[in-house]
Amino acid sequence: MKQLRARYNGQSQAPAVKLLPKCPTGIQGLDEITGGGLPRGRPTLVCGGAGCGKTLLAAEFLVRGAAQFDEPGVLMAFEETEKELKSNVASLGFDLEGLVRRGKILVDYVHIERSEFQESGEYDLEGIFVRLGHAIDTIGAKRVVLDTLEVLFANLPNEAALRSELRRLFRWLKDKGVTAVITAERGREQLTRHGLEEYVSDCVIVLDHRVNDQIATRHLRVVKYRGAMHGTNEFPFLIGDDGISVLPITSLSLNHKVSSERIATGILRLDAMLGGKGFFRGSSILLTGTPGTGKTIISCNFAQAAARRGERVLYFSFEESPDQIMRNMHSIGLRLEPLVNKGLLRFHSARPSLYGLEMHLATMFKEIATFKPHVVIIDPITSLMDSGSDSEGKAMVTRLIDYLKAGQVTSLFTSLTQGGHALQQGEAAMSSLMDSWVLLQDFEGNGERNRVLYVLKARGMKHSNQIREFLISDRGIDVVDAYIGASGVLTGSARAAQNALEKAAVLAGQQEAAQLKREVERKRKAMDRQIGDLRSDYEGEALELRRIAEQVGTRTLMLTTERTASGILRQADAKVVVIPQNKSRTVRKSA
Amino acid sequence: MKTAPRPVKVTKNSSARPPAKKKPPALRRADQFILRLFVAGATARSRQALLRVRELCAAELQDNCTLEVIDIYQQPALARSNQIVATPTLIIELPTPARRFIGNLTNINGLVIELNLSTKVKIAL
Repeated sequence: MKQLRARYNGQSQAPAVKLLPKCPTGIQGLDEITGGGLPRGRPTLVCGGAGCGKTLLAAEFLVRGAAQFDEPGVLMAFEETEKELKSNVASLGFDLEGLVRRGKILVDYVHIERSEFQESGEYDLEGIFVRLGHAIDTIGAKRVVLDTLEVLFANLPNEAALRSELRRLFRWLKDKGVTAVITAERGREQLTRHGLEEYVSDCVIVLDHRVNDQIATRHLRVVKYRGAMHGTNEFPFLIGDDGISVLPITSLSLNHKVSSERIATGILRLDAMLGGKGFFRGSSILLTGTPGTGKTIISCNFAQAAARRGERVLYFSFEESPDQIMRNMHSIGLRLEPLVNKGLLRFHSARPSLYGLEMHLATMFKEIATFKPHVVIIDPITSLMDSGSDSEGKAMVTRLIDYLKAGQVTSLFTSLTQGGHALQQGEAAMSSLMDSWVLLQDFEGNGERNRVLYVLKARGMKHSNQIREFLISDRGIDVVDAYIGASGVLTGSARAAQNALEKAAVLAGQQEAAQLKREVERKRKAMDRQIGDLRSDYEGEALELRRIAEQVGTRTLMLTTERTASGILRQADAKVVVIPQNKSRTVRKSA
Repeated sequence: MKTAPRPVKVTKNSSARPPAKKKPPALRRADQFILRLFVAGATARSRQALLRVRELCAAELQDNCTLEVIDIYQQPALARSNQIVATPTLIIELPTPARRFIGNLTNINGLVIELNLSTKVKIAL
């Protein structure tokens, strides 16, 4: 034993300069909080009230140790028999029986019952030491669980003797070099009912089960971890089908890889608004809107587009059942059943009030881990957040987003905003977590409501700042430009009326121009007619003139001829001048 | 007719079996005592307890008494199968029901009552 002790001390001191050797529990999240596990070769105290999961945590520590880390373990049970333990942990997916059969775990049930013995003098607890030592040596155990020593206090009358024996027991466990987990009941003023923490000083974990708003949540806190850094907060944990999972809120760091691949939304115009390509793969998208603005429809479109590309889509619905969603989508011509049948689209529906936030989160994590989706849709995130306090809700979304981003899963969250104007304000807390934010809104006017859509933000991409109206018809979603003019933004029938008005104005203008053209034409024709009239007048007169001139010529000729003839007759000596016809006309005109 | 004696035989056998496990059935009477003392090594407490039991056997039970002393260091498996927590532990296997006494037997009042010893105990302290 001295040798052992010397070896142990040497072991513990030498690496202490660098790092305390740790014993991984294999329990999801617990190793993250404790920075690698429980202190190796030292006892750890796990305390908590009834129903906190102490025994389970201890059992999981053993089972995982034996199954995953090849560290056999001894479970010394004071409360439950081996058979009970086996069936209890089997319901959580632990094959304790198989491990026992293969000699990886040894369960020793210590039966001690006050009424079955009498105290008759001084005694020690060498029986426990021998049994434990024998068990450890039999299977070469590295891990030991004592569940729970409180039973000894209840049944052994001599507490002073018991305490000194316990002190010796913990010393002995350390000397053995086994990593031990000791469970204990929570006390009123101290951590444990019987002050066991004074013996176990290396690591103390407190479990807690609280009911808040009728929803119970378990919490885990590392109160003390000598010689190592550890998360000091209270971390929610839950007991699921595969054991305990602690969900560290703060342990995830912001160092996930990002993709610059873009994925289409299934709505062409929305893609166009997002720089023509859609959202980034692995980004988180927030879709907020008042009731009835089409959040689910856009989500389903997104889901369908992704599934058609051959990606797996996981749709968490907290308001509608899968069948209802599928039926409703028929009304806009969206057929989701084939995608469900192909296994590309999976629905997971649950009422938010079914269980606490943590349980929801764990269920979601598990679904995501098993289905390995490319796209996750949560519809709506708000009703889920309502089942916890604000800070819890935000923490949950943070963890969910971090988890999804780490796996480069694109996530779409819809968020229901109640009516009123503080649309953005209500989501401010959540929006900072989101990469893209699309706002859906109702425009009320002219006795109707019309849906419009904005892209409020889209990190890392060019996006439209314009409002768009989107129409839901039996052929699906159609995004159109809203009318933006001097009289403001017009949508719906107002937009249609405005369009008609503009059309009418254009038509009137066209008609007016045509009228004017016709008028001009008419005038031109009138003018032409007048010109024709004038010309025919003129021509008539000219004809008359010619006729008269001819008459005059003839008459003159005749006169001259007559005169000549008479001159000849009279024997006149004057020379007769013959005037040509042309000359005679000009003469007359000038006259 | 033929089947009638058979069940009788079976019950007889079954009733005889449990004590036969531990000790070969010798000439056992109603007041036969079987005592087992579990000790952990040769400590002072172990020796005290052993002395007490021997004195008791010698003084009160005479030759009706079978005493078995087990050192759990030597036979740790027996500690488990007999549910030993504290040492020394004295188990009175017979007469039934089995009773346990933990400690070094400095106080044997309970033991005397349990064993229903007719005579007053005269063991020297």
